[in-house]
Amino acid sequence: MNPHASDAPIVDVELQPVRPGEEKGSFAAILQDLVFTVDHKKLGLMYFGTGLIFFVIAGLMAALMRYQLAIPNHDFLEPDVFNRFFTMHGTAMVFLVGMPMIFAFANYLIPLMIGARDMAFPRLNAFGFWIFFFSGILLYFSYIAGPGLYDAGSAPDVGWFAYSPLTLKAFSRGHSTDYWTISILLGGIGSIATSINILVTVFCLRCKGMTLGRMPLLVWLYIVVAFLVIIALPPLSACQIMLLLDRFLDAKFFDTQAGGDAVLWQHFFWIFGHPEVYILILPGFAIASEVIPVFSRKPIFGYPVMVAASVMIAFISLGVWAHHMFAVGMVSGANTFFAISTMLVAIPTGIKIFNWLGTMYGGKIRMRPPMLFCIAFLFQFLIAGLTGVMLAVAPFDWQLTDSYFVVAHFHYVLIGGLLYTIFAGVYYWYPKCTGRMLSEKLGHWHFWLFTIGFHLTFFPQHLLGFLGMPRRYYTYDAGRGWDEWNLISSIGVIIQAAGILFFVINLVRSYFKGEKAGDDPWDAWTLEWNTTSPPAEYNFEKPQVVRSRRPLWDLKHPDDPDWKYE
Amino acid sequence: MTLKNGIRSCKNLAVRSLVAFFGLGTLAAQQADDPPIRAIQNIFEPLSTPALKIHETSIPVLLICAGIFVLVTSLLIYIVVKFRQRSEADRHIEPPQVYGSSHIELAWTVIPIIITVVLILITARTIGEIQNAPIPEDAVRIRVVGHQWWWEVHYLKQDENGEWVTDFITANEIHVPVGTREEPKRTHFILESADVIHSFWVPQLAGKMDVIPNRKNELWIEPWATGTYLGNCAEYCGTQHAKMKIRVIVNEPEAFEAWAANQRQVPTTVEPQVALGHKLFMDYACANCHTVDGTIADGVFGPDLTKLMTRRTLGSGAVDNTPENLFKWVRDPQAPDMKPGCLMPDMKMLDSEVKEIVAYLETLK
Repeated sequence: MNPHASDAPIVDVELQPVRPGEEKGSFAAILQDLVFTVDHKKLGLMYFGTGLIFFVIAGLMAALMRYQLAIPNHDFLEPDVFNRFFTMHGTAMVFLVGMPMIFAFANYLIPLMIGARDMAFPRLNAFGFWIFFFSGILLYFSYIAGPGLYDAGSAPDVGWFAYSPLTLKAFSRGHSTDYWTISILLGGIGSIATSINILVTVFCLRCKGMTLGRMPLLVWLYIVVAFLVIIALPPLSACQIMLLLDRFLDAKFFDTQAGGDAVLWQHFFWIFGHPEVYILILPGFAIASEVIPVFSRKPIFGYPVMVAASVMIAFISLGVWAHHMFAVGMVSGANTFFAISTMLVAIPTGIKIFNWLGTMYGGKIRMRPPMLFCIAFLFQFLIAGLTGVMLAVAPFDWQLTDSYFVVAHFHYVLIGGLLYTIFAGVYYWYPKCTGRMLSEKLGHWHFWLFTIGFHLTFFPQHLLGFLGMPRRYYTYDAGRGWDEWNLISSIGVIIQAAGILFFVINLVRSYFKGEKAGDDPWDAWTLEWNTTSPPAEYNFEKPQVVRSRRPLWDLKHPDDPDWKYE
Repeated sequence: MTLKNGIRSCKNLAVRSLVAFFGLGTLAAQQADDPPIRAIQNIFEPLSTPALKIHETSIPVLLICAGIFVLVTSLLIYIVVKFRQRSEADRHIEPPQVYGSSHIELAWTVIPIIITVVLILITARTIGEIQNAPIPEDAVRIRVVGHQWWWEVHYLKQDENGEWVTDFITANEIHVPVGTREEPKRTHFILESADVIHSFWVPQLAGKMDVIPNRKNELWIEPWATGTYLGNCAEYCGTQHAKMKIRVIVNEPEAFEAWAANQRQVPTTVEPQVALGHKLFMDYACANCHTVDGTIADGVFGPDLTKLMTRRTLGSGAVDNTPENLFKWVRDPQAPDMKPGCLMPDMKMLDSEVKEIVAYLETLK
């Protein structure tokens, strides 16, 4: 030990002069804090904020598309502009909204829930965020720089799954497709980095007593998600690199004029693309599995089965990709295989829905906004799952695929499923992040407007699919039975937008004027509620020790603790 | 997408949405001898064998799904109503804590498994029936080649060596003979693409099949009702994906044969009053992309025009084939009310030249 240590002069931090522009609360100081932070909580909120901004942008693009489609032969958007809009809408919603939103919750909650100080690799965490942020900016920058030297194209217009050979130079001139490819390549690197971080954090930094079997279900589901990301993202990166080679070095992977294979891209893309659906929806399940028990006042029904079902969903999801390709002309054996594997997903998913219902059964359900969103999630995800079963029936899929039925199906999954649980999660954890409650009244406005608008927009699209309307059409003729349903669908968008407006107002207003939350406003049971709201940078003052899956239940009910029964 | 444009389309929207809502929209280009246009392609009203097989598969699937939906939704509603926290007073008494029950969980695992097995059996049977059906001897064979954004249609015949070769070529509008449900008449399609991936879809006739470069996909129909069936390209293929429409004209066998006989007839002379139009057609680049049999025009990048006037639409269903539309199309196919973005350029011709060319085109029948 340094003998002179005690002789060092004591500096009073308060009295140190502050350089101009770096005063606490100044713009420069906040910016510096955001850029340099490696705190998992700040990064989580930054993921959320960025995701929300991209959500609003991509949502507005969708609104303009619905305006174009409100009536037949509408000439509000030109075909190329419309094609760019749906490409950017899809790409942004998956890679710039869905992915950051799920990582927002992972980042913020996992260390708190397992009683850790931070993620295992805080700087890798920041790297993951910033490379995602850059990839988002890069994608939208294509609007400015996409024309490139050839003066063709601006933003990408090849669809979010960008089937070759439409993406090759012969059919997609300029640089828009290059922006798309590189943006996704970078985003993938960020996602893999964050997933590795999640795995190491969960496996190495759990607090004393927290065995794998005592982790909150949310943490379990994120383990599954992280594994899926690590398995599914590399094929995506691989095919993006192949595409870049084709475009810049005249490789012939997808160039059908030179003997390349158009369907090869689809295999690569969907080997990523289908697990991606579960990467997005499992965090939704994770949030529901935290919110439903607390608001039903009962522990989750069948914890081990819930974990097993999640692992099973992830495992099966790796073998179902070609159900996106029933119409490419595979042999009947292959079509049958992928129809069967896809239907198998329904089994563990069904178990989950029943277990959530089992959790609610016999409880005392508190109808607060987080629970409202979860109940709507159960209803909507049920519809999404059943339309998914219909699509898995390969012959039925020959009619339904690439029609508006598919559009309706995956919006029920991603909005009705994922977005609703994200809303539930925001209403549930906002008090923890900010120390203030979100307004319940505005929350009800948000819920009801958005729910009515959502069903009005997307339910009729099932019927459009039955009536033979293909997706990705910038316009359509009158008299084909599509007119009324399209109009209703477009009207729904206005109501949805009003709902989102209430949500954003609520987020901002409650930050300043919300009711004070306290440490544990919901009377919940997991560790994140055992610290201050918002938590200090070091999360917990004392190391946490747990003896069951619901440590705070044990604290609150010393006479009847959980660990007696587990 | 300027502001002015926006305001204009706001006005349009109000009027046109009313029109749309009351189904006053029209699909013209119907001629007296044509079978009726079947514009509403409901997949649950099949008029051909494969579409019927799909329909028969979809009904039990829909019923099972509807059953599950009703069951689970009622359960959800029951639980929410029954176990809702009644008052703030009983807030502090927690309900009995139940952690799970392996019996119940086993039950709701086994039942979905049984349902899944039923669905799998239904599915596998239909896949085989549609995909592995042998082609009858007397089937009409048609090779369809997808292009950005139109369909090239070859009617095939067997040559002396038994090879299937092109009999005659047309575009976008496919004529086939009708059969009955007892004695079906098969039409067999071989689907290929010249550029990117397209998809061939006429819902009342069959499910869709992708049209992929370097591959030969197959699709068959056995329609039993005459009509002009409207279909669409169903795989995103670029700018004018939305106006890559399909028409399948199902007609009585005699009418079909008469049509085919006319298509085979190669014109030998150019009528003298349209000689100037004919010359302009050959002198401008038209002939580089379009074929007119019996002339020097043998381009293959655009649709074959030998029998242009027997077709009801222009630009793969973009507009009806009327004299005014033909004039507007030849003058500038990129006009907003034609097919902006299509690969046929605006040739910047004088209106007088366009008139001559249109006069020539109108003799191609």
